[in-house]
Amino acid sequence: MSKILIIAEHNGMALNISTARCVACAKQIGAETIDIAVFAENGDVIASSAAKLEAVNRVLVIDNAANQHLIASSLEPQIAAISSDYSHILAPGTTFGRDFMPRVAAKLGVPQVTDIMGVEGDRVFTRPNYAGNAIVKVEAPEGIVVGTVRTASFKAVPETGSATIEKMDVDVNIPSHTRFVGQTTGGSGERPDLQSADKVVSGGRGVGSKENFQLIYDFADKIGAGVGASRAAVDAGFVANDMQVGQTGKIIAPDLYFAFGISGAIQHLAGIKDAGVIVAVNTDPDAPIFEVADFALVGDLHEVVGQLATAIDAP
Amino acid sequence: MKILVSVKRVVDFNVRIQIKSDGSGVATDGVKMSTNPFDEIAVEEAIRLKEAGKAQEIIVATVGSQTAQEQLRSSLAMGADRAILVQTDDEIQPLTAARVFEALVKREKPDLVLMGKQAIDDDCAQTPQMLAGLLEWPQATFASKIEITDQQAVVTREVDAGLETLSVDLPAVISTDLRLNEPRFTKLPDIMKAKRKPIENLSLDDLNVDIALGLKVLSTSPPPIRKAGVKVESAEALVSVLKEKGVL
Ligand SMILES: Cc1cc2nc3c(=O)[nH]c(=O)nc-3n(C[C@H](O)[C@H](O)[C@H](O)COP(=O)(O)OP(=O)(O)OC[C@H]3O[C@@H](n4cnc5c(N)ncnc54)[C@H](O)[C@@H]3O)c2cc1C
Ligand SMILES: Nc1ncnc2c1ncn2[C@@H]1O[C@H](COP(=O)(O)O)[C@@H](O)[C@H]1O
Repeated sequence: MSKILIIAEHNGMALNISTARCVACAKQIGAETIDIAVFAENGDVIASSAAKLEAVNRVLVIDNAANQHLIASSLEPQIAAISSDYSHILAPGTTFGRDFMPRVAAKLGVPQVTDIMGVEGDRVFTRPNYAGNAIVKVEAPEGIVVGTVRTASFKAVPETGSATIEKMDVDVNIPSHTRFVGQTTGGSGERPDLQSADKVVSGGRGVGSKENFQLIYDFADKIGAGVGASRAAVDAGFVANDMQVGQTGKIIAPDLYFAFGISGAIQHLAGIKDAGVIVAVNTDPDAPIFEVADFALVGDLHEVVGQLATAIDAP
Repeated sequence: MKILVSVKRVVDFNVRIQIKSDGSGVATDGVKMSTNPFDEIAVEEAIRLKEAGKAQEIIVATVGSQTAQEQLRSSLAMGADRAILVQTDDEIQPLTAARVFEALVKREKPDLVLMGKQAIDDDCAQTPQMLAGLLEWPQATFASKIEITDQQAVVTREVDAGLETLSVDLPAVISTDLRLNEPRFTKLPDIMKAKRKPIENLSLDDLNVDIALGLKVLSTSPPPIRKAGVKVESAEALVSVLKEKGVL
């Protein structure tokens, strides 16, 4: 039976939902034990959230001033030091997990399974490549299995657990060659988080300008949605980079996705394949986005957005 | 400063790939191949550092078949100084690629290694971090801005929460994101000039690198297809179907 260690993602204050999705993946692997490691400056609050996740046995808290900001080269020796008891180490396939996990795998001398989207055995997984246009079934070789979890493929486990919380000292040399300078967060403010929102409204180049993007925000606020964008909209400076959806942006799985003025390049579609219902509004009846949209409306978004708002308000 | 840049030959990003009917992989015969877009950005960044007087020499390297020479030539035409082809016809996974680059780093002693954040064929996003780990060097992944000061790089990284800035001591491995720069187009004279720039051929044996135990690919299949849905004629009709479905 497998013993699985999951590296918790958090921002120093709260646990990220991606961790609960990793637990769902671990459950499918079939584990004798599932432990979560919280690396933080002071991980108590985060650990108590992690301890509530279903099916988790132990939460290990590794408090260290060096963990105030989680830096790949600091995490790697700490994770490697506690890895020997486990058959699997998992982390979310977010920019957090993608950063340090390959470094851990290299240190342990094993390959990494990036973006686990399905579990077919304790070391057999499916994962996407070519921007999700091919799905490969891969088998990890003997030795510890190191993988990142495509979070859009797993539903977070509920908070029905009661794991034990243990403080742990990990005595390793943490390099001083990398320093955290700062972080800025992007533009979508207090709106629902893209990666966990039930509804997402995205705008593309067709929105036309930063000013026009207000239409998208207003509509999103009306229906309580998170806001996303295509790469073209980010590159044109309409919105911040953290709103990009797609192969190189965020992979999301909302119940409802609106694409306004987005053509539907394969790199964008890679980010929305798991959405429940896709709605596309585009002036071009031949836009590729219509090949995947459940509901297609040919029209000028600048008119349609307002009409949608009115129709929602109508009794 | 000396910069080593990795370039990988991949199926061009515009190609709609086809899965072989026996599930053994993706068809690449007769398909347009290009430099991985993120690697082109890495080459461009190295050239800009050289143009700014921060770097003296740019070496581009690839691990792959003889045909990958084309990608090295393109990088040389963009402005790299010389190239290394580590030639193998075996399938190279990230851990092996990282070990090859580790060996190249020991040979060439660069101050900076620039790599694409992800190869758009395998979508692994592993090799740069693996290389940094093997060398015990600092890493800064997903870079959208790089500033080199003496013996340090200040790197802005694209992360889920926004932008993060790290300062790393050199030597370091940096992986590039899309918004770092826009690669230049090469002009015919540059392409001609690049023909005279040297490409060194090495084998895995020359570098003493064994192929690492990798993932075994059991099968390749197309993703579940989302079927095109229905056209709706008006915003009102759209709202009413979405309400009916219970998603709005
Ligand atoms: C390596 C790589 C990675 C990439 N990663 C991503 C990624 O993660 N995410 C991503 O999105 N892209 C990514 N891209 C870019 C991708 O290939 C496309 O260029 C991009 O998605 C296009 O964005 P767009 O649809 O907004 O713009 P366009 O393709 O220019 O489409 C604009 C659309 O708006 C429509 N339109 C115009 N005016 C109106 C109007 N008034 N009303 C309604 N519709 C209108 C047009 O008909 C058109 O269909 C990547 C590319 C590469 C090479
Ligand atoms: N065989 C290879 N030859 C040259 N560079 C490579 C090779 N494999 C990976 N890389 C580099 O590592 C980056 C990330 O690749 P990957 O980890 O496969 O997603 C790529 O953008 C390349 O810069």
